[in-house]
Amino acid sequence: MRDVSIVGIGQTKVGEHWEKSLRDLAVESLWAAMDEVGIEKADALYVGNMLGGQFVGQEHLGTLIADFAGLRGTEAFRVEAACCSGAAALRQGYLAVASGLHDIVAVTGVEKMTDALGCTTAAGLATATDGDYEASQGLSLVAVHALLMRRYMYKYGATNADFAMFAVNAHRNAVGNPYAMFHRPISKDAFEKARMIADPINLLDSAPVADGAATLVLCPREQASEFSTQPIRISASAVATDSVALHDRRDLLFLESAYLSAKRAYQQAGVGPDDIDVFELHDAFTIMSALSLEACGFAERGEGYRLGQNGNISLEGPTPICTMGGLKARGNPVGATGVYQVVEVVEQLRGQAGPNQVQSPRLGMAQNIGGSGGTAITHIMEAMN
Amino acid sequence: MDMPRHWRLKEQRYNLVGTECLICGAKLFPPRPVCPDCNSKQMQPFTFSGQGEVYSYSTIFEAPLGYEGFIPYAVALVKLKEGPVVTAQLTDLDNDEAQVGMEVEMVTRKLREYGEDGVIVYGYKFRPIGWY
Amino acid sequence: MTEDSLLLRPDREVGIVGYGAYVPRYRLPASEVARVWKEGQDALPIQEKAVPGLDEDVVTMSIEAARNALKRAEIEPGLIRAVWVGSESHPYAVKPTSTIVAEAIGAAPHTQAADWEFACKAGTETIQAAIGFVGSGMARYALCIGMDSSQARPGDDLEYTAGAGGAAYLIGPKEQSLAYIEGSYSYVTDTPDFFRRPGQHYPQHGYRFTGEPAYFKHVLAAGQRLMDELGYEAGDYTYAVFHQPNAKFPLKAGQALGFSKEQVKAGLLVPMTGNTYAGSSLLGLTAVLDEARPGDRVLLVSFGSGAGSDAFSLIVTDLIEERRNRAPLTQDYIARKKYIDYALYVRFKKKLVMH
Repeated sequence: MRDVSIVGIGQTKVGEHWEKSLRDLAVESLWAAMDEVGIEKADALYVGNMLGGQFVGQEHLGTLIADFAGLRGTEAFRVEAACCSGAAALRQGYLAVASGLHDIVAVTGVEKMTDALGCTTAAGLATATDGDYEASQGLSLVAVHALLMRRYMYKYGATNADFAMFAVNAHRNAVGNPYAMFHRPISKDAFEKARMIADPINLLDSAPVADGAATLVLCPREQASEFSTQPIRISASAVATDSVALHDRRDLLFLESAYLSAKRAYQQAGVGPDDIDVFELHDAFTIMSALSLEACGFAERGEGYRLGQNGNISLEGPTPICTMGGLKARGNPVGATGVYQVVEVVEQLRGQAGPNQVQSPRLGMAQNIGGSGGTAITHIMEAMN
Repeated sequence: MDMPRHWRLKEQRYNLVGTECLICGAKLFPPRPVCPDCNSKQMQPFTFSGQGEVYSYSTIFEAPLGYEGFIPYAVALVKLKEGPVVTAQLTDLDNDEAQVGMEVEMVTRKLREYGEDGVIVYGYKFRPIGWY
Repeated sequence: MTEDSLLLRPDREVGIVGYGAYVPRYRLPASEVARVWKEGQDALPIQEKAVPGLDEDVVTMSIEAARNALKRAEIEPGLIRAVWVGSESHPYAVKPTSTIVAEAIGAAPHTQAADWEFACKAGTETIQAAIGFVGSGMARYALCIGMDSSQARPGDDLEYTAGAGGAAYLIGPKEQSLAYIEGSYSYVTDTPDFFRRPGQHYPQHGYRFTGEPAYFKHVLAAGQRLMDELGYEAGDYTYAVFHQPNAKFPLKAGQALGFSKEQVKAGLLVPMTGNTYAGSSLLGLTAVLDEARPGDRVLLVSFGSGAGSDAFSLIVTDLIEERRNRAPLTQDYIARKKYIDYALYVRFKKKLVMH
């Protein structure tokens, strides 16, 4: 097994790209990364995407994007794990390089959500739940998380307002990220007045749907200096699963998949939560921020939301999260999100985070979650210089 | 219209038929081929009573395609008396009456229609007990 | 009885082994209809009517009534050999309600199943047929349901009264019955008093033509003939239950047949539920069975437009006491109510054109 490095990143702005198709976005981010590295070919392309078939009627995405990016003939296929398809594609790329079978691998996460109009969007996202026993009961993915949030609030005595700072922090950080979807901060007051989508989840608890694509270029560590002056090492890559359906979890209020995935990643990297300087967690909903912090060892059970309140999660705090806006304010083009998270960790470790720069980070962690916690994929990155 | 898929789920939807593990006695809904507790593959059908209590609930204001005609509607995690937790809508109550711990019973109601000319899907929902 | 007799009686005596009611939770006050259509200036034929929720229809209501009937009967559902549902608002024009009900109660697959139609007497005719089915020895049990969620044209007089609900009856051997059937009779003529053509949302009715030549002619003919054939008079009965399109007609019919208001009252639910069409007289009967005593004799006369009446003479047995409380009483369903206004009613009954 070889060590794997990230030598190039590329991303489109996250937003409503009416003028750009799915393949346009993917190719744009892929060229941006390949240009940064200075290559025109790759040994393989893995595409992370969840809803291409449902929203734009397009499967066969790996091949389509390879072809349109000028990589016809290259090994390419799509990888899917619901909302963590992006990180799953990275996992695939990591395995290809670590195994010794490929040297230069591109990983692109792409999602085109705005072509789905009205209630079709919620129906598409609901395919991340158990179709026969959750979605067909009339549940949206938001509603599944609402059930989680209500039980959490019931058990630990938290209120809606207690989750506000996760959204406020994300928006504050997005202001300094030119690729983010939103560039305006929000107030705690605005959060408390936001309308309910599936109570207790309100509009500002939930990451927005959006279009976007992000790409990483990987190579073996021993070749990294040929392609980048600031290669970043992937020190851990770990996947864990749980039940798809929320109702089948052993302990509803514990993200077992996130816990196992983080535990495996910590073991691989030989580190613990205290060593992590930046954590790009899966803040699709504020409740998931709280639960992710608990599952990954940053907070005790039932205390995750307090980290949001006492400033721990800010850029200056001991556990910075969503440093470039997170899913909430950078945006959540679902199949691309996992790659955006890693791109942002790389920007932090390279010192390229601009106004959002965390002080001298050495280790960054990105965790992408599928559905309500059915799958969790964790990567830990390390600055190599 | 997904007729075959819904038809396959009749027994589960109309009568809460799950499985019982013959080795460790676990009662499972939905039915599974492998027991998640003891890993055995020896299963037989088990029909749940429909009695349970609300473990969590939410009122939906934005629905997925096919359910928008019912907005606003309440959904819940219901812990069945025999053990498993199921996801289902609550019915026959005002949306602000739902509470964690509320005792409920299963009823058979319309889950959705596929338009005015499509198939009608029926299934389990839960309503509060104690009304009579 | 000889085959030429007008009285219908099977070779084996049969009766009601279990019964179950269903009325949905929502209520529209008749005053709401008057408020919207007549600026509040109108005589109200009833107080309020039952309205089904967004997730209810004849299938779901039939399933609950059937489950109630089976709770009372306590028999193995696999022994049911017919599941018959009479309604004028089956959710499908083609695809039976009865097979869904049969599956939901555990009677499928070894059973006959069919949907019946004869306007408001679609329910009682399933009982008429079940008497033959069970009485001939073909089957031990048959499940009979009359249930409706009928539409009335907005602003029409019928909108005051078109309600939702009905009842299920498990017909079986006399020895197992909580009320056995002494005899029955049917009277029909071709009378177009109320009808609906295919593809039409709302029925047409003949206003005053629906009274004397339709309802009264058939109800009185059937009720009187049945009593004559059995050698009874109104005084031999404790209760009389009639089809109830409004509060006036059943009382007037009862009076014409010699019944007092007290005999008709217990089964008169229309002021609180509205006209439940194919469920109407059958629901009235459940309310009677909820309070009747062993030995009480009950007359049931339905009416269906088109037109016809089925009449039944029943005697309550000792078994009523132990079975009555195994399921919700009709008054429990009537007492369970949430008021809605005309706007919500229009939404619930899908009277708004959405496409």
